[in-house]
Amino acid sequence: MTIDFSRDKPIYSQLVDRICGDILKGKLVLGDRLPSVREYAVETGVNVNTVQRVYKELEAMNITETKRGQGTFITTEEERIALLREEMKTQLADHFLTSIEALGFSKEEMIVVLQNKS
Amino acid sequence: MLQLSNVSFRYMKKPILQDVSFSFPVGQIIGLVGENGSGKSTLLKVLTGILRPSSGEVLLNGTPVTRRSADKIAYLPDIDLFFDFYTGEQLFQHYASQFEDFSYDKACIVAEFLQVDKSVKLRQLSKGNRGRMKMAATLGREVPYYVMDEPFSGLDPIVREQLIKGLIQFTDIEHQTILLSTHELYEVEPILDQIILLQNGSIIAHEEVETIRDMSNKDAVQWMKAFYKKG
Repeated sequence: MTIDFSRDKPIYSQLVDRICGDILKGKLVLGDRLPSVREYAVETGVNVNTVQRVYKELEAMNITETKRGQGTFITTEEERIALLREEMKTQLADHFLTSIEALGFSKEEMIVVLQNKS
Repeated sequence: MLQLSNVSFRYMKKPILQDVSFSFPVGQIIGLVGENGSGKSTLLKVLTGILRPSSGEVLLNGTPVTRRSADKIAYLPDIDLFFDFYTGEQLFQHYASQFEDFSYDKACIVAEFLQVDKSVKLRQLSKGNRGRMKMAATLGREVPYYVMDEPFSGLDPIVREQLIKGLIQFTDIEHQTILLSTHELYEVEPILDQIILLQNGSIIAHEEVETIRDMSNKDAVQWMKAFYKKG
């Protein structure tokens, strides 16, 4: 699978985004078991320490929970996922606004463009 | 703990390593980078006891490293393995006879993971397959330190990717340390905890890889290149 990571952000944070993205896309579902740290490290071509950090971060975000002896699982709390959806939309919006501001475009101009998009 | 303490190495009066000090902790994958001729190979050979420093010490858990310390350090050289008339199977048997810590079973599992046939003579294997076989033999040794000199050199991207995955799969990050020199920093960076930059025989920088990205929004390659722009 080895991923092409972007150069400007820590790898662990890109993997956190990737897993959150997989949840929003439906590739990962409530209660799904994540691969073991080592499995995911091998899959993505990443250091085990980094994946450990990813899994810790996801747990701190309450996106996942670790069950002793069983593994790490996506949360079963639907509200948390709904919140994730909102968080992701806000993040995308922030990136978008930063990009357009850099080029001098206003939010209103872009809303027109977006609305005209089929 | 493997340590270099004010190590210098001269070859025929030419300084190759200059006052190098570093501690290699257990449980990390450390990348050694630097231009050709910066002294990487020499540093690794001094570390493994193959070369003796002109001054300074190399210490493994407080004791000076000699060739006999080879029982805690597995070395993967950049040259082709000797005995190229051996098959992979014979190579494993040879390692088993030399090293108590060698697990024949593990080496076979790694060879299978890397999809290399151990019944073929090494000299009949393609370069990529010889690289796989070297890695299988090296990882077959259960030691706290793996020292690898350009393990991905001259290998195609597919082989490189498989070797990287093999490295992650078959080492125990809690009890083992891998130190490897590489020119393929872009591909190897994701598996590195730390990176050491060697220039003209001195360590001019070292950093945790995620810190580089966290602090400067750059990747390790860009970080490394910045040092060459300055000098």
